[in-house]
Amino acid sequence: MWRLSTFLLLAAATTVSAQSQAIQVGRPPTPEEIRELGSAIAPDGTGLPPGSGTVAAGQKLFAAQCARCHGPAGEGDVGARLVGGQGTLATPRPLKTVGSFWPYATTLWDYVNRAMPFDQPGLLEAPDVYAAVAYVLNLNGIIAADQVMDATSLPKVRMPNRDGFVADPRPDVRKDRPKP
Amino acid sequence: MKRSSPSRRQLLQMGAAVGGSLLAGEKALALEANPRKLGEPLGPYGERSPFEKAVRWRRDSKTPETGSSFTPIHDSVGTITPSALHYERHHSGIPAIDPSRHRLVIHGMVDRPLSLSMADIKRLPSVTRVMVLECGGNSAGEWAATTGADVQRSYGLVSGSEWTGIPLARLLAAAGVQARASWVIAEGADACRMMRSIPLAKARESSLLAYGQNGEAIRPAQGYPLRLINPGWEGNTNVKWLRSLRLTDQPYMARDETSKYSDLMPDGKARIFTYAMEAKSVITFPSGGQTLPGQGEYELTGLAWSGAGRIERVEVTTDGGKTWTAAVLQEPRLPIALTRFRLPWRFNGQEALIASRAIDETGYVQPTREELIAARGTNSIYHYNGIKVWHVRADGTVTNVEA
Repeated sequence: MWRLSTFLLLAAATTVSAQSQAIQVGRPPTPEEIRELGSAIAPDGTGLPPGSGTVAAGQKLFAAQCARCHGPAGEGDVGARLVGGQGTLATPRPLKTVGSFWPYATTLWDYVNRAMPFDQPGLLEAPDVYAAVAYVLNLNGIIAADQVMDATSLPKVRMPNRDGFVADPRPDVRKDRPKP
Repeated sequence: MKRSSPSRRQLLQMGAAVGGSLLAGEKALALEANPRKLGEPLGPYGERSPFEKAVRWRRDSKTPETGSSFTPIHDSVGTITPSALHYERHHSGIPAIDPSRHRLVIHGMVDRPLSLSMADIKRLPSVTRVMVLECGGNSAGEWAATTGADVQRSYGLVSGSEWTGIPLARLLAAAGVQARASWVIAEGADACRMMRSIPLAKARESSLLAYGQNGEAIRPAQGYPLRLINPGWEGNTNVKWLRSLRLTDQPYMARDETSKYSDLMPDGKARIFTYAMEAKSVITFPSGGQTLPGQGEYELTGLAWSGAGRIERVEVTTDGGKTWTAAVLQEPRLPIALTRFRLPWRFNGQEALIASRAIDETGYVQPTREELIAARGTNSIYHYNGIKVWHVRADGTVTNVEA
């Protein structure tokens, strides 16, 4: 039905566009292709896989996989600083970290899962990602040491800078046009 | 030897005929006696002259797979950047992708999820557009006057190319986007699976899926074999090595649109989804690090561009902003494309403050650095488009004003 109605609509327009629109390409993705795409995590938690991780497990994992770039306590080195900076965003020297700047904990899960460790992205299994995220959130004082992160608890974490983002108001520098 | 015989006779006759010019004839004879060396044979893929040395610049890094390399815009002519000199910004290196195995999957809130090969995509009617691409972080050092010594380092995260591909709208229609979808989450096939959220309205209006750049396949460093092109928007949204377009009802708040590429204001709030690149221009000759060889006539030149459309006018000052003169704009002026401007200028050996300002077809006027800072402070990192002033000293050397 869809193809027929599309074709009729375009046939009423021009011959050229009807012909090009009529070219059908592609096929449905295979289950393997969808699996290979992996997770992408929305701020409401959509996409989070099963599994869970504790702060304690995250501490061990962090020491083994993350500390060599981010420092033993997330203070930063070759890799970004992950802790501190809360209260600095409106100062001349803002320190943007997971704790001070990132608006959603789901972003941390998504980014660790897709991009970390830097030299071996994709290495971590879902429970490891939950654990690493739990540890970094705990380092920032955002969750307690006994909290467990999973698909239900993670989206409920309220980040300190959750309300720190505003829409783009540009053009924000207004001036008269110079005369020719 | 056979070939030189007649000319030798001719030269001798000529020398005898004009008497005193026999010596000149002997000189010509000597030249003629050295046969010219044959040049290089034809080749399958060209290289530039070994005398040409323009290269991209990048900082040394412990992780060379991430970072930026800057186009030598001071060495550029015209408006197209050679693909080999296009600026780079990678987050986890350049992937090696076999195009026969690469697929783009369109999924999420669509009626008919699609998996497309490169052959599928190339079978569809193509479009070609000349466009500018600028990193959202280009000229970031200007905010705090920690700018690079030359225009390549301070303004070189911008390049111009001819892109060929297909309108994304065509494939979105084929996939049947559901009514509740409002965003497209684009993801690359690089190691870190770089991801950005793109409003569906933009994707339908003007986004391209590009496979061609400057008459050949996109270079690996630019997204081979497939790159999302969002005309006029910051480079990072033009996702390279594109492998996934997920239709959703919300932005995914990716790391590269929250932690990065958002603009921190003096009040501590950060502007998010600041996609558009506003009008900007810079003089590339004379510019920082160059030296005018002496007094006399020069052609002052530079580049202007706007993410909002055509460049309508570029004005140049050579007296620190007291007077402005309209520069000549190279035609054709294409929307969202590098536009070269030129102005004859006489250097009298007196120091001069020179600058350009661009005005685009919407009437937007490129602001001064001071105006930008008054509006946004100095912590926003991204989307700097202030007027760049160069200081031409009496001895002809050119520096930053702040230097």
